[in-house]
Amino acid sequence: MKFERYGIGIAKGMTVTMRNLLRRRITTQYPEQKLTVSRRTRGNELVWNKEKCTGCATCAKTCPQGVIHIVTSVGEENNYNVEVFEVDTGYCISCGLCVEACPYDALFMAYAFELAKYRRSELVLSRDDMLIENKQASAYFRPEVDKDLPEQELLINRKE
Amino acid sequence: MVGPNITVDALRHLAPVAPDWPGNEWWHWLVFTVILIVFILVMVIIFIYLERRIIAWFAARIGPNRTGPFGFFQNIAAALKLLLKEGVNPTNADILIFWLAPIVNFAPVIAVFAVVPFQNGALLADLNVGILFVIAIGSISTIGVFMAGWSSGNKYSMLGAMRMIAAVVSYEIPVVLALAGVVVLAGSLSLNDIVIAQERVPFIVLQPLGFLLLFVGGCAEINRSPFDLMEADSELVAGFHTEYSGIKWAMFFLGEFGEMVVMSTLIATLFLGGWQGPGLPPWLWLLIKIFIVDFIMIWTRATLPRVRIDQLMALAWKFMFPLALVNLIITAIQVLAWPDALPLYVIPINWAITVVLVLLGSKLFKLGWGRVEV
Repeated sequence: MKFERYGIGIAKGMTVTMRNLLRRRITTQYPEQKLTVSRRTRGNELVWNKEKCTGCATCAKTCPQGVIHIVTSVGEENNYNVEVFEVDTGYCISCGLCVEACPYDALFMAYAFELAKYRRSELVLSRDDMLIENKQASAYFRPEVDKDLPEQELLINRKE
Repeated sequence: MVGPNITVDALRHLAPVAPDWPGNEWWHWLVFTVILIVFILVMVIIFIYLERRIIAWFAARIGPNRTGPFGFFQNIAAALKLLLKEGVNPTNADILIFWLAPIVNFAPVIAVFAVVPFQNGALLADLNVGILFVIAIGSISTIGVFMAGWSSGNKYSMLGAMRMIAAVVSYEIPVVLALAGVVVLAGSLSLNDIVIAQERVPFIVLQPLGFLLLFVGGCAEINRSPFDLMEADSELVAGFHTEYSGIKWAMFFLGEFGEMVVMSTLIATLFLGGWQGPGLPPWLWLLIKIFIVDFIMIWTRATLPRVRIDQLMALAWKFMFPLALVNLIITAIQVLAWPDALPLYVIPINWAITVVLVLLGSKLFKLGWGRVEV
């Protein structure tokens, strides 16, 4: 005997929707309310550690879009000086291969909102735009950074 | 030609009998009509707002909250947008009927409110055939739908209109029979007398089956979900008002929500005791009851999935029609047995009858001689 047919199914469904009515809302009111995104987010920009970079240009070779432009000169202590390091984020597909390829942990993905620009030329990030001192690096492919970052926030879990 | 020796006093006797204006002044009628129309339009705006907001809450969303306080002006912005849009006339359309259809669809909705009492005697026209008026005038909206479907010159609009008329006409029968039960109980067709008759207990307590039938049938008649398959947003292109745009489309939208206001008011008046209630002023009680019914309608819309066309027709003819007949007969027998006033111990009897009938009806409910899954 299927009791679902005698209106019990309807009553069950009504309680389900009523429970949803009394639940916390899950819509984020974006411009006013910015939630912390995942700690391992790819974000949409790059962060560069000037001290760790050796100028090996592995990132430039891995980039499937070929948007990383790096120019080096030979230094005095048998090293490279990075003269130019530019990323055209207009063509970047945020694949993160450059971060994965970097043998010296010098490149990171980053937390970033609202990176829209008015001109194409502004999309090209120079080495000063990417300095790690000014940005919040994310833990994408760098789990060791993970513990210092804030935990991801969802409205449904939030207690206030 | 009036002779010179006839006085002004005598002339007054010759004048035709003045119509029964409320308050014996013709301008009362004018003022209250305007107030009532404004009331309906405001109620429609509030209903649309509540619909969007509460549906959003049921989906754990927030709903419109940007325009004005709590997003209340969102509908006014939407109405302005619709007013400024181009009204497209299809090449094949029968232009006169195409233009008339939205008016024919919406005007009856306003007319129905003439007989709804907001307080004892506070109604535009205390017709002694009140419910008959509501049913007769309310059904005219359907003609507007058919005019729209026909005059669009589009076979899909026509099909949508025909499906809608099939559903509305089918559900008219159980709705009218459920209303007849109320009329038998109250002993009057006037809505004011029916409300007065509910002084002891609202009719929802005495007639749970009638309430259920009126609610389900009413939802189907005004094309509320889960019976909205004639204009299912996610499946069809709107049914009969496919070809409409701009202000004419807005009129249909207004008519749809106006019918919702009418149905909520009707259920509140006939089954929930209308303006009766302790403490608060009567008109406020009526409003509260209207909004309660509206909330339940939105709740069912948020919950129940859409039915198929065969399920829709079978529900009307095989489930609700017999139940409505049995309900009417039982009510009539009870009223004959206790002609003065029904004793309170019929309440549990009626509830038991309702449960048994609904269980029996569901047990016997079959589609396609039992070959089709319900």
